Amino acid sequence: MMNLTNLLANYGEAAAMILFGIGFTNLLLQNNLIKKIIGLNIMDTAVYLFLALKGYIAGRQAPIVVDGVQSVEAYINPIPSGLVLTGIVVSVSVSALMLSLTIRLYRRYHTLNFDEITTMIKKEEK
Amino acid sequence: MAFVQNLPFICILLSLFTGPLSSILSGKMTKKLNLVMITAVGIMSAMVLAFTVKSGEAYTYMMGHFPAPWGNEIRVGVLEALLATVFSVIMLLCIVGGSKEREEELESTKQNLYYIMANLLFCSLLALIYTNDIFTAYVFVEINTISACGLIMIRQNGRTIEASMRYMIMSLLGSGLLLLGICFLYDLTGHLLMSNIKEQVQILAATGEYQIPLLVCITLMTVGLAIKSALYPFHTWLPDAYGYSTMSSSAILSSLVSKGYIILLIKIYYRVIGIDVIRASKITNVLFVFGLVGMVMGSVNAIKENNIRRMIAYSSVAQIGYIYMGLGLGSEIGVIASVFHILSHAASKALLFVAASGITRASGKNKDFASLTGAGFRNRLAGIAFTIGSLSMVGFPTFAGFISKFWFAQAAFENANHTKTMLALIVLIISTVLNALYFMKTVIRIYTPAPALAKEKNYQNITVRGQAPKSFAMICFVAMNFMLGMCSDPIMKLIQSGLEMFG
Repeated sequence: MMNLTNLLANYGEAAAMILFGIGFTNLLLQNNLIKKIIGLNIMDTAVYLFLALKGYIAGRQAPIVVDGVQSVEAYINPIPSGLVLTGIVVSVSVSALMLSLTIRLYRRYHTLNFDEITTMIKKEEK
Repeated sequence: MAFVQNLPFICILLSLFTGPLSSILSGKMTKKLNLVMITAVGIMSAMVLAFTVKSGEAYTYMMGHFPAPWGNEIRVGVLEALLATVFSVIMLLCIVGGSKEREEELESTKQNLYYIMANLLFCSLLALIYTNDIFTAYVFVEINTISACGLIMIRQNGRTIEASMRYMIMSLLGSGLLLLGICFLYDLTGHLLMSNIKEQVQILAATGEYQIPLLVCITLMTVGLAIKSALYPFHTWLPDAYGYSTMSSSAILSSLVSKGYIILLIKIYYRVIGIDVIRASKITNVLFVFGLVGMVMGSVNAIKENNIRRMIAYSSVAQIGYIYMGLGLGSEIGVIASVFHILSHAASKALLFVAASGITRASGKNKDFASLTGAGFRNRLAGIAFTIGSLSMVGFPTFAGFISKFWFAQAAFENANHTKTMLALIVLIISTVLNALYFMKTVIRIYTPAPALAKEKNYQNITVRGQAPKSFAMICFVAMNFMLGMCSDPIMKLIQSGLEMFG
């Protein structure tokens, strides 16, 4: 019972983990390359959601000094936001690389199905 | 602060900036720049190694002069400097050994792109070795992945693009898990610097709080890095990636890139979580089992393979299994054996890739075994080098592979858990026999005289001078294998003292 109340109190984190699972399975199991990339983005975004939730403290402001208020108590933790920004940069570049590879494969084999591409390549060799 | 202490940071910066610089230079200039850069980094790392051995302790280097919990740090000990030195030597020889293939296989307008990737890859390896900040480690893991993918796909054909897609998918699954693990750890401890995290984890372990989240985050990071370094059930991307990319890429990928992740894992175990907590969590037993399975299955797959490059690639799967088996033993000596095997495998696997490309060039660039018959006579140096590499892999005395197998066996003997001892020894023997099977099969094949075949297909003989850069690389690699095999004691001592400083 206590576990359930914990789960309800941390519903945001639970949602992030479910999203991570959805993204992970999509990246691993989907045959369509575009769907794989969408899975990758869901997975990364779930981690950012988790980080953002961890940095947030209820009732506090974004860590930008306004009106000369410098007390620590007034602001949320800025580090997770910084990590999220770094993570976004990484995930953008990785998605771009994946998309460019997808374009290359599509031009060559005229399909987005990764299994079909693999079988075509094996046939090509014989 | 001595000037030498700045050198690790300068090494990272130097390799980082030569990357983008290569994009505006011509192909020949970038090649020279790359060679000069790697040589300079090698010399500087050797100086750092000498300094740390002399001073006998590790030091941290603040970046931007912000003190501990806020700033980013580099931490340098004997082990880090040793790895950086050896890695730069191997990187240099791999690049030199494959220069001819690159000229033939890459489009002439894309020559300089190769060196952008190679320099960035080298930079990320150095940063993974030196960094003391876990999120920086994650960022450089991603840089490593992207540049390794570039190295695979720079040779444009259907096979390599498919292989790099496969590589990217598996790597991204791995780094997703690693990132989630790091976020959990930050959530639990509130720090990103490795030494600060360790303090907090020790407190958690002492009070017994948050044990399950801690276990989850250890598991996430371990599985993530295991996928990236191709531990057995996650190896599906490896044979294609190593088998079809240009030769220097395969050599660099197999001998350095997968090792970078393992070093990060050892670092996480020793410096971030603390080895006692890791042992208590029993995750080492899981690694042990997967390592054993990998040792056997990698070799079995290698026996079935009919393409020499893919055979060597599958042999890498088996060798990664060895390294994880050593980690899985859970003892200090097991980890030392693993680190030594990282070095010895890097030296002999790179040698095998260079020699195999020499052999295939003497066989009309065919990679199937039927065409390779008698290739050892058509390219004598490559034949000898391949034989030596194979002997080292199998564990023939006087070569590097023997010493690492010896230490693995020693580590297994001294293990307190007798089931582990028995299992490790039995699998070590089986795996050695399997190794011998496929490597000796290849050696016998290349030394079976086949003048008729060579004449019919018009295969050319290749002399030592006809392939000067490759010959240089092969001779250096053979010397390295021999040195690691004959004077392993000082290196073992370095690794041991390095691991003591590591924690």
